Amino acid sequence: MTPSSLVVDSVTGVDVALPIAGPGARAFAFLIDWNIRAVLAIAWYVVAALIYHRAWNLTPPLDPDAPWFMYILLPPAAIYFLYHPAWELATRGRTPGKRMAGVELVGRDGGAPGVGAILTRNVFRLLDSLPLFYAVGLVATMVTRDHVRIGDLAAGTFLVYVRSNATLPIHPTNRLADTTLNVTSAEIVVELLERWARLDGVARRRLAKALLPASETAAADDDAALRARLERLSTGSAS
Amino acid sequence: MSHSPREQTLRLTLLQRSALWKEAVERTRRLARKRTADPADAARMADDYRLLAHDVARARSLMPETRTREYLEAAYAQAHTTLHRAAWHPGYALLHLLRDEIPGVVAWLRPYIIWATTLFLLTVAAGYALVRAYPDLIALFASPDLIASVERGQLWTEGLLNIVPSSVLSVQILTNNVVVSLFAYCAGFLFGLGTLYILGLNGLTLGAIFAFTGLHGLADDLFAFVVAHGCVEISVMCLSGAAGAAVGEALIRPGAATRTESFRLAAMRSGKLVLACVLLLIGAGVIEGYVSPNPDIPLWPRVMIGVAYWLFMIALLRGWLFGRFRTSAAGTPPVDH
Repeated sequence: MTPSSLVVDSVTGVDVALPIAGPGARAFAFLIDWNIRAVLAIAWYVVAALIYHRAWNLTPPLDPDAPWFMYILLPPAAIYFLYHPAWELATRGRTPGKRMAGVELVGRDGGAPGVGAILTRNVFRLLDSLPLFYAVGLVATMVTRDHVRIGDLAAGTFLVYVRSNATLPIHPTNRLADTTLNVTSAEIVVELLERWARLDGVARRRLAKALLPASETAAADDDAALRARLERLSTGSAS
Repeated sequence: MSHSPREQTLRLTLLQRSALWKEAVERTRRLARKRTADPADAARMADDYRLLAHDVARARSLMPETRTREYLEAAYAQAHTTLHRAAWHPGYALLHLLRDEIPGVVAWLRPYIIWATTLFLLTVAAGYALVRAYPDLIALFASPDLIASVERGQLWTEGLLNIVPSSVLSVQILTNNVVVSLFAYCAGFLFGLGTLYILGLNGLTLGAIFAFTGLHGLADDLFAFVVAHGCVEISVMCLSGAAGAAVGEALIRPGAATRTESFRLAAMRSGKLVLACVLLLIGAGVIEGYVSPNPDIPLWPRVMIGVAYWLFMIALLRGWLFGRFRTSAAGTPPVDH
């Protein structure tokens, strides 16, 4: 399935295409965030309960008083339930889980969402989290075209991949000056050389033979010779 | 992909600009992380954006299935996001929301507020009439503990502060009320039916409990308990219901827009009122925790507090608290003083 994109109009006349994150990436980001908030909430409870009891005891008192509620129960509940709106407001939509999953929240214009949009998508978590484990939200991300949950529909927000790891291949521009090597082939040669050591021997020999002209592969069958010929092809040092 | 010498030359020319792309990406990343005080830097960013747009367009046609195009797409998208990042002025945004936007939303939602309030009052009357005629039906609306307490001739709120401290009570109550209010708004997504259900159920329950306490001679006590916080709490229930009803109607009758777009517009617009509702419920929760269950506070101060907080709510919703005093008859933006 081709990944869908959020296409945003630009003043330049050239559309901006932002690849939309699917249910998998969304769930991955959510799970990381869920773990972080659960750990934070539990850590607070444990530390505060130990301070409250002044002993190695984490059980609630039989007759809980106001300090127990206000300092031991309330803060972890606040951490757990306000984690998403607080982080998203503070970082304009990029929670730690989203950062780690390589996704970010954007508005319909491709920019960071506003306060209203962030609050609205978080209020609708009440609906998306029904009946259990975000079932409604998960189903919504599976059935909607842009893989959004109800909160995103309400707020006009999208989760898109951050392509910060996109790298520019080093092009053999002197080889490209003639017509024997097109850009796609040149990039594949460069990429094969980059991944040479990580590839299985049989696989890299097969790929090298597919890329090199038949006249060159007839004479060379071992790894080193094939690699040398690929390097010559990419740098254009000999033809 | 074509291998013609002309296209190969065009590709080569494009690839020779790679140093410019790297510079643009570097600048974009730097400006995405922090603001710049140098106007020339910002101007160069705009130039980079145009350069990347031009080269993305060329790459899409000359080398569509290449890593170079992917790199350019990513660089262009990041430049777009950085350049279109709106200014972040939370203080001004909050003032604008409270002074201008919420009063505008209230005016837009006026018909919905009237209908939601009417529905709520009708369900209160229905609940009252039902339990008055068939007292056993109270079991549908109230817990066995509440029923037993009233049958003993005692309101369940008596001695509440001996069991739960005011601070705890306030937080519990306001959390519950905020969740109900937000649900009434969100449930509008079910074509308004969820909102109607929550509004109707709350109205029936209120009416039923008043009838039941009345049957046991405790209606005055219940009124004394409710009046300080209830004026705003019940009003907020109707306001949240109105916001949810607007969301529901946007889905039922989207008008010229698509259903999704209509839903988004209604949710974003009416959501602003829900934010005001949440703020008001925090105050109501504090009153309900500290004032309402306190037996030492007589009726008239409770009434005063209830009326004063209700007037505060009106002032908030009209924007008067934040300098909005006049609106033109045509509904144009107000004149700020």
